[in-house]
Amino acid sequence: MIEVRNVSKQYAGKHVVDQVSLQITKGTITSFIGPNGAGKSTLLSMISRLITKDQGEILIEGRDISKIKSNDLAKQISILKQSNNINIRLTIKELVSFGRFPYSQGRLTAEDLQYVNDAIAYMDLEAIQDKYLDQLSGGQNQRAYIAMVIAQNTDYILLDEPLNNLDMKHSVQIMKVLRRMVDELGKTVIIVIHDINFASVYSDYIVALKDGRIIKEGATQDIIDRTVLQDVYGMAIHIENINDNKICVYFA
Amino acid sequence: MKAKFSILFVIVIVLIALFLLYDAGGHWDYVLPRRGKKILAMVLTGSAIAFSTVVFQTITNNRILTPSILGLDSLYMLFQTFIIYAFGSTTLTSTDRNINFLISVALMIGFSGVFYKILFRKEGQSNIYFLLLIGMILGTFFGSVSSFMEVLIDPNEFLMLQDKMFASFNNVNTDLLIISIIGIIGVTIYFTKFIKYLDVISLGRDQAVNLGVNYDYVVKRLLVVVAILMSIATALVGPITFLGLLVANVAHQFLKTYKHKYLILGSILISIIALIGGQFIVEKVFTFSTTLSVIINFIGGAYFIYLLLKENKS
Repeated sequence: MIEVRNVSKQYAGKHVVDQVSLQITKGTITSFIGPNGAGKSTLLSMISRLITKDQGEILIEGRDISKIKSNDLAKQISILKQSNNINIRLTIKELVSFGRFPYSQGRLTAEDLQYVNDAIAYMDLEAIQDKYLDQLSGGQNQRAYIAMVIAQNTDYILLDEPLNNLDMKHSVQIMKVLRRMVDELGKTVIIVIHDINFASVYSDYIVALKDGRIIKEGATQDIIDRTVLQDVYGMAIHIENINDNKICVYFA
Repeated sequence: MKAKFSILFVIVIVLIALFLLYDAGGHWDYVLPRRGKKILAMVLTGSAIAFSTVVFQTITNNRILTPSILGLDSLYMLFQTFIIYAFGSTTLTSTDRNINFLISVALMIGFSGVFYKILFRKEGQSNIYFLLLIGMILGTFFGSVSSFMEVLIDPNEFLMLQDKMFASFNNVNTDLLIISIIGIIGVTIYFTKFIKYLDVISLGRDQAVNLGVNYDYVVKRLLVVVAILMSIATALVGPITFLGLLVANVAHQFLKTYKHKYLILGSILISIIALIGGQFIVEKVFTFSTTLSVIINFIGGAYFIYLLLKENKS
């Protein structure tokens, strides 16, 4: 379980995240939703110690993350940001191998290689594993990075807008993989996501943020609700039940 | 990879042999120690500069930067100018190379220490680009102050100073060589525990933190290593800016790998080749009518333009 207690972050005197507390249950997909500037990515970055928090504490399995050694934390929690510009030329396999760094410190053992190969197979990248990242499409690139996270083999996986710039087919593919990772491998996934319908269809819990505060959190069916979404986005959103999924219609 | 390193090693050995033995005229006991010392100095500075440039480019995630952007060689020139400006060219500090060396090294390391201390005082995000910006501004400032003093001093004394503006291996002192070797070996031993992090750091800060690297801690220590090596190399032979840029990029192009154990070794070998080969040309082809750093800066500059054009195309 991840527990966030009264966490705040300020930039230039402005609260980007303001006294946020929440709990993430193990073995679920939790989505952070909300308008631009709500503090979703900042909160995610603080949970993964990419940026420091000004106040509050974050506990993972009951231990304060600021007191855990960075390398040990890297075996428990992994994060994938939305933009991954790297300056070096890597093949998919080399990138995925980097996911084993917390365990191998750069010297891959047979066990590490097994994890790397499994991760590549899991993301269905075997045929192109020796291709360079700059030769890949956006969807393949994103899959390669997710394979790296899988190789890192952490209980908690944090993703910041994993569907950014992906077409419908690849978006569905990524979300299905995340769902499988939770259901089959017992991972806990936290994503920041803009497409509310993907949040509705694939996540177990939703946390709705606005202006740095949590407006409402709860099970998906409770959040995908006319009045709640009116509060969060400030617009009327019509909700339809299609094949047992709640689908929001907000285009017109 | 093995074949490429064999080629580099063979070139290094051939060049060293050529440099040592060519046209010795039978005066072995005179020629060999003198040339050997020169080679040792070139191997030492070449390695220090290649190594610190590769590490610096990895930290900054930028392949067209060199550590000279930290302003260290400008500070060195300012110190040399100031000595001549204030005390003239005949005093102890300007003539005794040992004292000059020690003060220069102490000054440069002290400067980077204070500089880093102030910039990294704030916990957390160490902003590397802010560091570079300040370094660049201070470097330009030091340069301006130096040229101000240069126009004021006696033209004869300026000639003395001009010698120091260009790296030279012609009169390297044995005592200084020993001190430098000790310094460089010490720093290298300290560095070895960080070498495994370099590959991960080249993925960028976020990925490095995600993979469990204590990023701010490691980067600060690496910057200290870079500053010490640059200080020693600069104080030993003088400013030699482009060499690092040249060899780091040639190493990247030639080896085509992201692994730093290869990149560092490769760039050190290429650096030694450039220095010894360049010095050989200076001595035997131009018969000392030009200096090594002129040749290196010329080749480096041309290569730099080529890099910019190529990056522009892709």
